[in-house]
Amino acid sequence: MDSLIQFLFSASFYLILISMLMSFIRLIIGPTVADRVVALDSMTIVSISIIVYLALFYQRSIYLDVALVYGLLSFMGVVAVARYIEGGLK
Amino acid sequence: MMELIGGIITFLGAIFLFLGSLGILRMPDVYNRMQAGTKATTLGSILFFMGICFMESQWIGKLVLLILFIIFTNPVSSHALARAAHKAGIKLADQSVMDELAAKKGEIDD
Amino acid sequence: MRLFKQNVITFISLMFFWILLTGLDIQELIAGSVIALTLTIFFPKSSALFPEFKLSFNSMINFIMFVFVFSFELIKSNVDVALRVVHPKIPINPGIVKVKTKLKSRLGRVMLANSITLTPGTLTVETDGEDYYIHWIDVSSRDIETATRKIVAKFEKYLEVCYG
Repeated sequence: MDSLIQFLFSASFYLILISMLMSFIRLIIGPTVADRVVALDSMTIVSISIIVYLALFYQRSIYLDVALVYGLLSFMGVVAVARYIEGGLK
Repeated sequence: MMELIGGIITFLGAIFLFLGSLGILRMPDVYNRMQAGTKATTLGSILFFMGICFMESQWIGKLVLLILFIIFTNPVSSHALARAAHKAGIKLADQSVMDELAAKKGEIDD
Repeated sequence: MRLFKQNVITFISLMFFWILLTGLDIQELIAGSVIALTLTIFFPKSSALFPEFKLSFNSMINFIMFVFVFSFELIKSNVDVALRVVHPKIPINPGIVKVKTKLKSRLGRVMLANSITLTPGTLTVETDGEDYYIHWIDVSSRDIETATRKIVAKFEKYLEVCYG
């Protein structure tokens, strides 16, 4: 029972790491700016999940605040880049 | 028992996050990438946080806040990006069948 | 009277988020209520969170129904996208279609656009008044009415009661 739970948790961590890597590949090769920002957006969500996982791993609830603030800042960043691609405020 | 349920839900969430990133890597153009990216990462992270809720029941407040935040901001940011990409003139993939928005813009330009 | 009701809603929702953030501790509750009260008194208009939500039994029932329909559609859309992604040939037939909505209020339109983005194979690209331009991953009809019925109608009937 315990080993099954252990397996599920480590498997999800490795899956998340692989998905981070795949988004990173798209971030590097993406032909346009929008592709790169989409990849960055999904990388942010994945890293929020990693932060929550680490909060569980180290039993520190303070890391959840880090995840919240990181989500807020990344949302602002994506919207700002979108405005920039669009050609500024009108 | 609760830990086992939490582990299974977390694993499902991780699978969806993985598939979302795979979609971002495989899809042919930026709009389709956005479709895969937004939907799969939203449900993936929601399931992931729900699984963590089962493991640590006293964190439920902050995790619910995170889930609400992701549900509301993720579609907004992807909509902003899609709109910006279309305005910047990024073309749809070759197998696309129609583009009403470009037709509308053409009418205005004439 | 209407402003008072809005202020009460703002206060309750601010306190709700504060409790989610800090937990049920008596000192935190006192500090949070002071902050929420200050915000509600000094910014009565701009801090109204749900200005167009109709408070009635009927709209509450509809909102709960909407949440259920939305969750089901979210799961369905994810399975759909996942199947498309893992398929070796990526079976897509994308295009941008135009649909119309009957909703009038701004908040209702925002909710509708967000729901469309999170449901099977659709992504809101541009909104212009009552017209929505939607990127559809598998275009099955080029007609405005059919597309509207397929994409918008399932959420619109609930949101129409809640927001008008």
